[in-house]
Amino acid sequence: MALGYNRDKAAMPRTPLEPRFTIEYLSILDSDGNLDTTLEPQLSPGDLKRMYRAMLLGRRLDERMVRLQRQGRIGTFAPIKGQEASQIGSVFTLRPTDWMVPSFRETAAMLWRGWPIEKILLFFAGYLEGGQPGSDQHDLPITIPVATQLPHAVGLAYAAQYRGDDVVVMAYFGDGATSEGDFHEAMNFAGVWHVPIVFVCQNNQWAISVPLKKQTHSRTLAQKALAYGFPGIQVDGNDLLAVYAASREAVERARAGEGPTLIECVTYRLGVHTTADDPTKYRSDEEVKEWERKDPLTRFSAYLQKRNLLEEALEPQIDAEIAAAVKTFEAREAADPLTMFDHVFGEPPSHLLAQRAELAERLEKGGPRRSDEEQPPPSPPMRGQRKTSRWPS
Amino acid sequence: MSVMTYREALNMALREEMQRDPRVFLIGEEIGVYDGAYKVTQGLLKEFGERRVVDTPICESGFTGLAVGAAMVGLRPVVEMMTFNFAILALDQIVNSAAKMYYMSGGQYNVPMVIRGPGGPAHQLAAQHSQSMEVYFYHVPGLKVVRPSTPPDAKGLLKSAIRDDNPVIFIEAETLYGIKGEVPDDPEFTIPLGKAEIRREGTDVTVFAYMGMLYRALEAAEELAKAGVSCEVVDPRTLRPMDIETMIGSVRKTHRAVVVEAGAGFAGMGSEIAAFVTENAFDDLDAPVERVTGANAPMPYAKNLEQAKTPSKEKIIAAIRRVCHA
Repeated sequence: MALGYNRDKAAMPRTPLEPRFTIEYLSILDSDGNLDTTLEPQLSPGDLKRMYRAMLLGRRLDERMVRLQRQGRIGTFAPIKGQEASQIGSVFTLRPTDWMVPSFRETAAMLWRGWPIEKILLFFAGYLEGGQPGSDQHDLPITIPVATQLPHAVGLAYAAQYRGDDVVVMAYFGDGATSEGDFHEAMNFAGVWHVPIVFVCQNNQWAISVPLKKQTHSRTLAQKALAYGFPGIQVDGNDLLAVYAASREAVERARAGEGPTLIECVTYRLGVHTTADDPTKYRSDEEVKEWERKDPLTRFSAYLQKRNLLEEALEPQIDAEIAAAVKTFEAREAADPLTMFDHVFGEPPSHLLAQRAELAERLEKGGPRRSDEEQPPPSPPMRGQRKTSRWPS
Repeated sequence: MSVMTYREALNMALREEMQRDPRVFLIGEEIGVYDGAYKVTQGLLKEFGERRVVDTPICESGFTGLAVGAAMVGLRPVVEMMTFNFAILALDQIVNSAAKMYYMSGGQYNVPMVIRGPGGPAHQLAAQHSQSMEVYFYHVPGLKVVRPSTPPDAKGLLKSAIRDDNPVIFIEAETLYGIKGEVPDDPEFTIPLGKAEIRREGTDVTVFAYMGMLYRALEAAEELAKAGVSCEVVDPRTLRPMDIETMIGSVRKTHRAVVVEAGAGFAGMGSEIAAFVTENAFDDLDAPVERVTGANAPMPYAKNLEQAKTPSKEKIIAAIRRVCHA
């Protein structure tokens, strides 16, 4: 009698409504190497090799970037280690004309979309041009404020719908973002307007030090889509084949005008949140070891090995590519301080031009801005004798 | 020229720009079926359809962020805040996304959008709906900020804002929607952003004021003229970019300045304009710059308290008399 009335006697008893939901979980290649051949996607050997290469490039660059950061050669960044399958399996399903909207932990997906390694290094070394996508690239820049890119992504999808373009938007975010208002507002809009978007949540279990169970009381993150009226699916995010299969389906749905999908990739951040983080303070070694056993790269390489598709000498080849990019990156001169004034406004306002000129003069002289003859006289003039107005008469 | 209300002038600007440019669309709460909480978008849904006049759920951050995304790929969204006080809910999208995307994408994506709606003191809208929000946005590099005080300005400046390639904050006023004025019918009539307007010429003191305060300052000037004090009343119109040349030029002529603002002072527009005057025309001044601001308290709900909080004509006159020793 928890409901406080007798159901049998009630004239209008509470009746269950439609949304008695279930959420599907998709796994095709598990961590023990078991393969569900009925679900195995029909990918060409060439595609499988390209995907593996992209994952490995993501991993090796990530490791190299951690070392570069520790050596003070680049700034703080968010490593992707462990999330390569979630990124490559999903981004692979996009056309170049589709839009990829990253958060700040999508290095592998960005590499796939054509961001040069050098540019990624430049971004994390603080060069403004590092955030500049190529003019033919349909990618948004890295977004740091959590979940704020999701309304932008819906805006891109709305623009596609507005113009009747045949493009799909794929937006990335983490489990942490699902607690933000912008996530819910974006999902709500996407559902109401039925726009062509795929939300890819990389649930890596931790919002810095806050574990998933303290972020939400929901059994899954995927189920949040149901509240907004579109499908959500949970996949093994360390299973490249499962992520690919779910993403392909979602992208096809979006392109066919069937609206948004939320894909929750269950994965794990094997490394630090950012290079400014020490995860030993909040999680156990056992937990990390457990997830290392589920490493997406070893799993997929074993699959390729079985299919005799593993290329020899791939790792040294990738490392050489990274080394060459690091070399070009490090040969760069320090960023030009005057670039700080670029792209504030479409047309630079006079006060910015004045500040720019002042800095340029200071930089040129390499010392105090005024030369000796321009120094003010030793005793300042009295009131009424001076002319402090800086506005030209 | 046609005589029309400020509200009608805004409506005309929106309609003309939507007719002119298919990339322009409107998005906000109650702007379609309901014709806008203040009827600024009257008839536009009927004329342009649901694709271009988008009624949204109640989510300022969501629809502002959506507009940022749409603007990045070349559409020209005009976002309506039912009141600008609601823009606080979208502050991250405005400050961290709209204002910074052009910069952080290395110039790859500009954000040509307008965020418009009423702000400032009105008629008993109380503490949370009466704030003068322009300084919040004025502070942010990358945003332009407009406060149009007259019906022709409402039309000409809104059209310029929509055609501008930067995000523009365009704050109207509930109290001005009903005022009438002569507005050019020409669909190519625009007023460039960044041009101040001398509303009344004078020789003894420059009074800076905009929106409702402009009308109060003009009344004060009228009254003081009878007492032999000649006030020049300058309306900045655009706060960013600010027309310092015209504004300082006036002070260099009159040698005295009073800044009036409806807001609560403390890092308000009055502080900023006073600082510009001091930096650029210190030796031209015959008296310290005076600021006339609202009391530094939240806006009370009661009518008499609201009136007491907002700068009155008498308060403006007193300040002018002080700087003029009159």
